[in-house]
Amino acid sequence: MKMTKGPESAVRASPVPRRLIPPQRPRSAAEKRRKLRTRVTITLFLLPGLILFSLLVLAPILLAMYSSVFKWNGFGLLPKNFVGLDNFTRLLENEIFLGDLQRGLILIVLSLVVQLPLALAIALLLNQKMRLRALYRLLFFAPYVLSEVIAAVLFSMLLSPERGFANEVLGFLGLGSSSFLSEPDTVMFSLFIVLTWKYFGFYMILYLAGRQSIPKELTEAAQIDGATPWHVFRYVTLPLLGPTIRITAFLAVIGTVQLFDLVYVLTGGGPVHASETLGVTMYDFGFNRFQVGYASAISVVMFVLSLVFALGYQRFVLRRDLEGATTTMGGGRR
Amino acid sequence: MSVHARDRRSPVARFGRPIALHTIVIIIGVFILVPIVYGILGGFKDNQQLANNPIGLPAPWVPENYTNVLVSSEFWRQVFNSSLIALSTAFITVAVSAMAAFVFARFAFRGRELLFTVFAAGLMFPFAVAILPLFIILRFFGLLNNPLGVILPQAAFGLALTIIILRSFFRSIPHEVEEAAILDGCTPFGFFWRILLPMARPALATVSVLAVVNSWNNFFLPLVVFNDKAWWTLPVGVQQFTGQYSADTAKILAYVVLAMIPALAFYAVAERQLIGGLTAGATKG
Repeated sequence: MKMTKGPESAVRASPVPRRLIPPQRPRSAAEKRRKLRTRVTITLFLLPGLILFSLLVLAPILLAMYSSVFKWNGFGLLPKNFVGLDNFTRLLENEIFLGDLQRGLILIVLSLVVQLPLALAIALLLNQKMRLRALYRLLFFAPYVLSEVIAAVLFSMLLSPERGFANEVLGFLGLGSSSFLSEPDTVMFSLFIVLTWKYFGFYMILYLAGRQSIPKELTEAAQIDGATPWHVFRYVTLPLLGPTIRITAFLAVIGTVQLFDLVYVLTGGGPVHASETLGVTMYDFGFNRFQVGYASAISVVMFVLSLVFALGYQRFVLRRDLEGATTTMGGGRR
Repeated sequence: MSVHARDRRSPVARFGRPIALHTIVIIIGVFILVPIVYGILGGFKDNQQLANNPIGLPAPWVPENYTNVLVSSEFWRQVFNSSLIALSTAFITVAVSAMAAFVFARFAFRGRELLFTVFAAGLMFPFAVAILPLFIILRFFGLLNNPLGVILPQAAFGLALTIIILRSFFRSIPHEVEEAAILDGCTPFGFFWRILLPMARPALATVSVLAVVNSWNNFFLPLVVFNDKAWWTLPVGVQQFTGQYSADTAKILAYVVLAMIPALAFYAVAERQLIGGLTAGATKG
């Protein structure tokens, strides 16, 4: 209240247009015009975003839902041959689709149990004072900026069964050889290695940012109170990293649901669908076999999976981060 | 007490720990570097060397794989396409998002939060979900084999994150600044254009870098939109090249290595903005 008084008296002293002084009672024409102008500004500024978003984000999602209940070869703009939930019931009998779900689950579990803890451990290591720390950070994150296609091509050479680099190294160490990408038993493991190569640096960077936003006083106080390093980690650092950890787990799950590029280039989903993902199956039915309705049903499953997961996660896991979190990533820019 | 105890740690604790730490970090560094170095060295070998000597240094060094790519117009065309599409995507994403974020941050009107939530929900719509219907819509608008067919959807999908980041930045600019501008006779647009945008330069740089990287690495959309070789971007080009010369490993390695140089160079220059944007994005999302 007090704040507004100062400028107002200053306003009177300076030659300033009238309309800035709050009108006493009758709403003047100028006031109305100003309101109108505000409204026009709001509309004009929002319009480009709304058009882009509704035409190219919302409309495709709606079209996917719509065409998922049709049998359609994809010609024209809209399908006509209504088949109800046929596509979905057929999906439930499709071994490849069910396998996709299972493989997705395996990748999610591996990410949560191996990849994220590894990234966290490395982040905490790199948070300590050590030589060349900045260089390591730069290096570990580098794969993230390369496209999945490049990662896939490099690894398909590296893991090639006949005299590839990895097999030479295994042979040199006397560990025999592995077919890595060409055997159903090993292909998921190889895929996970490539995923880790590509993405653990990303999670590490998020953890580092989260760790650095924890005030030094907290860990120091614990140390002075005689806490062992393990106790400091368990009772100070880890709880305060909670929000970051929950976000990374979320990103890992959502990322797995839509995984496509890497698998498509690395294995094409093979051998015999052993590494196929929802995205690859959808692409195959939609773009190779022209079963667009059926492929749309897969899209809808992907969408519903991400949506339900995202909403549930937000509701039950992330909610407590919204208020009173001691640490936010990105230096508390929230 | 504890301070003294620390000084009297055993030599193992004083020197062993840093050594163990470095060992772990170096092992991971090697894991990261091996594919890249293998690619670089492999590009300097011929196929016979690659088969007989996959680990060691090239002997002799064969530069032809690289020089052949560097003189091919296809490669440069793909570099150009990727750059054009990435820059246009970044420009459109940031311009459109900045306008929307300005309204969301600075005006009060009915339905604002609902509208903002709709945009923000865009974060949950993965690209892969929309790709098939997107293809049909783009075909309907005649945007297949047209760079706009990749640029516009990328911009549309980038809106959510960009608006979220920019809105929180615009909000952090104190109201006094806006009041002063209005007192000086600024229109809302004048305030946006002459004061808010210049003040938001760091945030704009961050979201632009994010948009460029995302566009540069996008594979799925250009794969389905561009049948015409002339518009292929680098990821599509690399994938197609791999299929075409599947027997010629050394050639492929040279192509991949050259294709990753622009991304790594960009990372070296814009590392701070990229990482800042990713952490901010993860927080807000």
